[in-house]
Order: sequence, then structure tokens, then C-alpha cells
Amino acid sequence: MIGQSRSRTVVAHLVMIVGILIVAFPIYYTFVASTLTLREILRPPLPLLPGGEFFHNYYAALFGGIGRIGGVGVDRLLINSTIMALGIAVGKIAISILSAYAIVFFRFPLRMFFFWTIFITLMLPVEVRILPTYKVMVDLNLIDTYTGLILPLIASATATLLFRQFFMTIPAELLEAARVDGAGPWRFFKDILLPLSRTNIAALFVILFIYGWTQYLWPLLVTNSNDMNTIVIGLRKMISFADADTEWHLVMVTCMLAILPPVLVVVLMQRWFVRGLVETEK
Amino acid sequence: MATVELKNVRKTYPGGFEAVKGVSIDIADGALCVLVGPSGCGKSTLLRMIAGLETITAGDISIDGKVVNAIGPAERDIAMVFQNYALYPHMKVYDNMAYGLRNRGMARDEIDRRVNETAKILELSSLLQRRPRELSGGQRQRVAMGRAIVRSPKVFLFDEPLSNLDAKLRGQMRVEIKNLQRSLGVTSVYVTHDQLEAMTLADKLVVMNAGMVEQVGAPLDVYEKPASTFVASFIGAPPMNLLPVTANGTGLAFADGSAVAGNGFAGGKAAQIGFRPEDVVVGQGDGGLLLDFQTIAVEPVGAESFLHGNAAGSPVIMRVSGRASARPGDSIPISVPEAKLHAFDAAGKRIEPSHT
Repeated sequence: MIGQSRSRTVVAHLVMIVGILIVAFPIYYTFVASTLTLREILRPPLPLLPGGEFFHNYYAALFGGIGRIGGVGVDRLLINSTIMALGIAVGKIAISILSAYAIVFFRFPLRMFFFWTIFITLMLPVEVRILPTYKVMVDLNLIDTYTGLILPLIASATATLLFRQFFMTIPAELLEAARVDGAGPWRFFKDILLPLSRTNIAALFVILFIYGWTQYLWPLLVTNSNDMNTIVIGLRKMISFADADTEWHLVMVTCMLAILPPVLVVVLMQRWFVRGLVETEK
Repeated sequence: MATVELKNVRKTYPGGFEAVKGVSIDIADGALCVLVGPSGCGKSTLLRMIAGLETITAGDISIDGKVVNAIGPAERDIAMVFQNYALYPHMKVYDNMAYGLRNRGMARDEIDRRVNETAKILELSSLLQRRPRELSGGQRQRVAMGRAIVRSPKVFLFDEPLSNLDAKLRGQMRVEIKNLQRSLGVTSVYVTHDQLEAMTLADKLVVMNAGMVEQVGAPLDVYEKPASTFVASFIGAPPMNLLPVTANGTGLAFADGSAVAGNGFAGGKAAQIGFRPEDVVVGQGDGGLLLDFQTIAVEPVGAESFLHGNAAGSPVIMRVSGRASARPGDSIPISVPEAKLHAFDAAGKRIEPSHT
């Protein structure tokens, strides 16, 4: 019995460790590369252990990298990315939770028509409507602005659908109890619906923040000036076509810096998830 | 407090389904009115119309003499206890009870005083800081009651509040609700499908069927003089025995052709004769209706036993106190005193017996 369960544990851990290695190795390798000199990176084979240039490389990337990405510091790129990702995540959640609220709890003409209109946009990825969207942004003078970065990505059929499904599981009596208790539509939303949705909101926030953070095509199109670039675009611009011109050690450092905020968001929000899962209340 | 009046109230759903077909009820100040009926009879719809959660297709609902048809639930000054309690899951017991008061802009210390007072009445004081999911079914039920009481509204509305509790707790809460309602003196409307709950709680019993009122009255009056075969078989457990009869020239005959002995209804238009299981007397008794009972099954329930069987070609249930000596297959002569017989016409309506 004991032997059996021990061998089971061993196998389970083995599978897990292999999985972790597969997932984590590229990131580890990026980290290793970010602590080497350019010459060490370009001369194969790449060492498996970190080198001694950690402080030098990170200092250079953070404070001396100006000029490398068109005169813009990494901090500026990180701030741009953060603003964009936060704007998209918060905006998407705000808009979708309100539209789901309207669709589920109110009866108005063409309610289902609006629902299906939102639903159909699920089938249109950003890339399909990128040309007209770009034209609209140009006409509105929103090129090279945060609004231009955020606005076209802010409506979300997926999140609306998710909130709708969640709202439909809320018993009708809860709404009626609130009505009897004198809570109007706004109070019901604020005092009851919002607190009940907070685990959903936390989950969506993580997903949408990462979605916003990793946006590539749209920021590439809508930003012309270097100081409006996001970190992802900045990374792209650091890599020139000729291998020798690229400062790979700094690229790797920037990669590590670009990974950090999404990781932080996941780690910090994870506590909410777990609490939400344990506290299944409804 | 307040009176509640329903005047020819109707509810027709957009699909054309008529849930409530013209109901008129007067509820006196401080009375507990129970709406009872099978599922789908419109009793919950009616309650929700009083609450203001359903619109009224026709007729008037007045609370305290004021027509409230166009007034929202919050302004009607009613409080409702829901079947599944509908407690706010993310709020503590205290906040659940205080929410309605806060929405009405009541002062903080007044809210605090009221919540604590109500909690004391319901023995919830030690649970005020808990959340609903940390409470047992009975405790949740109390919180739901507390949320209603704390508002001290004009009318309490109960929508099958005990149906999610186990039998023992249900009995306990039934007594508690009755006492609470008495001591607070708040006019109440209580919906249930459980005839026992209806009988024991009601000051005024309203039996509903298919969107209409079958009978209104004090519980024992309804029990003793059911207005229709529907009421007769719905109120009382086991239900009243109903034996179809036909006129045979001289008098009435049962389904199996035997003449109805004991002729209180001779010449009447009776189509069914009914009697309660507990009114059956073993043996000839004092006359009245005489029958031959063929025992099929015996159900001892402790203090009493129910005998299931056939008499005059129809299934009959009789109650004997204590243990029954009869065995399945036994044939027992039984009688029902004339005063305990009920007669119903072809439409199922009660016929007052001619001997009265």
C-alpha cells in the first residue's frame, strides 16, 4: 500500500517536473542570456548557468538604454504598456458588466437584437476590422494617444457573455428581495451584483490585462512616435535584421522586464481566485 | 396596522395564460390569511401581485384602504419572506437585516436598535456577524423572517417559507411564526401547498384552484363544510372519502348498484357522497350510512391506524384510533353518522343536507 502510493507520488511529481521544465526552460534561458555579455550570447553554445553581467546589463537596459529604442527609456515603454493594459482590462470589465446587466435584468425593445449584435462581434477578431478602425482613429485624431491605443480594443463580447451567464445563475428572488428592500436598479447593481461578481471580475482582470499587455498589431499601427510605443513594440524595434547589430543581452533584459508585470498581476490576483473558489457563495 | 383588500383581481400573462381569474378577498387588520392550493393554482402569483412584483391585469389591490396597483414593491410598505429565503449571500446577518432600513435612509443608531431587538426576538443575536452560508436551514429561515420583521411593515407576505425545512423543524417554525404573527399583530398573507400548515396557521383560509377561489373561511369551517369536492379532498389528510352515487328512482345508489342506506340525501341532486376517514364508525353505530368495508391494507402510524379498502365499489380510507385488529382481506361493517355526511352535486358543489 505504502510502496504503491509512494511510487504514484513519484510518478506524479516526475510528470509535473517535466511539465515545469518544458514550460519554464525558455524563460530561464532568457534570464541566463540576460546576464551574459553580447559576445557570450553570440558564441555558441550558450551557457546553461547565469553569467556575471546581471547588474551591468540590467543597469544598462534600465538607465542607459536611451538611443537604443529611439531615445525612449524602458521605463517609458513599461508605463505605456501598463496604461494600455489597465485601460483595456478596466474598460472591458466596466463596459461588459454594464451591458450584461442591461441584457439580463431589464426588458427593453430589441433586447435580444442587441445581445446578438454583441454576440456576433465575437466572430470578428481585431485584425479583420483593422483597416476601418485605423481610418476612424485617424479621423478622430487619436493616433499616438492612449485613447487610440485603448478604445478600439475596449468592447468585449466574451466578457459580456461571461457576465451574462453568471447573472443568469443569480436567483430571481434575490432581485425581488432587493426590490422589496427598496433597492433601485443602481443600488441592486452596486450592493448586490458587483460584490457577487468580484471573483469573476478578478479572473477577467487577469486574462484581459495579459491580453492588453501582449497586444502587438494594433499598437504597432496606431503609434508612430517612439515615446508612445509599448514594451512589446519596443522589443520588436530593438531587434534589427542584421544579427550583429542587435544587442541581444539588452533584448533579453527587456524581455525579462516585459514578463514581470503580467506575472505580478497573476501572482497577486491568485489569492483572490483561491478565496473565490473556496467561498463559493450564492 | 393595515387591512388588505383584493377586488376581482386578475392576472393574464402575455402568452394568454390566465393565472388568476378574478379573486376577491378581504383580510382584516392583524389577521393571518393563508392561501392554499395545489401547485399552479395561482396562489404565488396572487401573493406576488400583492407584493408588487407582478403587474395586475385587472381589478384592484388595496393596502390600508389605498389602491396600490401602480405602486412599486418598496413603496407598498410590505415585507416578504421567500421560499429559498433570498438572503444576500455576501452580507452578514446584520447587514441582511439592515439593508432595507439603510435604503430607506434610516439613522444608523435606529437601525442598530431595531436589528438588535429583532435579533433578540428571533434568537439570532449570536449570529449577527455570520454570513448566510455559515447558517443552518432553520437559522437562514429566521434571518429571512428577521429581515421582514425589522422593517415593521404594514403587511407580511410569506411565500412557502417552510417548504425547504425538514419535517421536525417545519413543525417548530410553524408554531413560532404563528406566535410571532400574533404578538406583532401584523396583517399577513401566507402561501402554502401544505394543508396542515394552512389549517394550523390560518385565521382565514383561502382555498384556491385553477386561478379561482374555491372557498374562504375559518379553517375548521372549511374542514367541516367544504364548499366543493376539490376542497373536500384537498383539506384533510388523508382526504375525504368521495363515493359517486346515481339516482335510481326511489333514492340513490352507489357505483356497484347497492342502494344508499340512510337516506338523508334522498331526492337531492347528489352526485357524490363524502365522509372523513375519522367519522367512520366500525359496526352499525347509530345508523346513517351503512357500508361493507373490504380491507386491502392497514397502516399503523402509532396513535392511530389507517385502513385502506373498498366500500360500495369505491376506494375508502378509514381511521381507527390505536391499533387496528383488522387484517387485509377482512370484511368490516361500517357506518357513518348522518350528521357527518357531505353531499356534492354533479358540478362538485356542496349540497346542504336536507336533515339540517
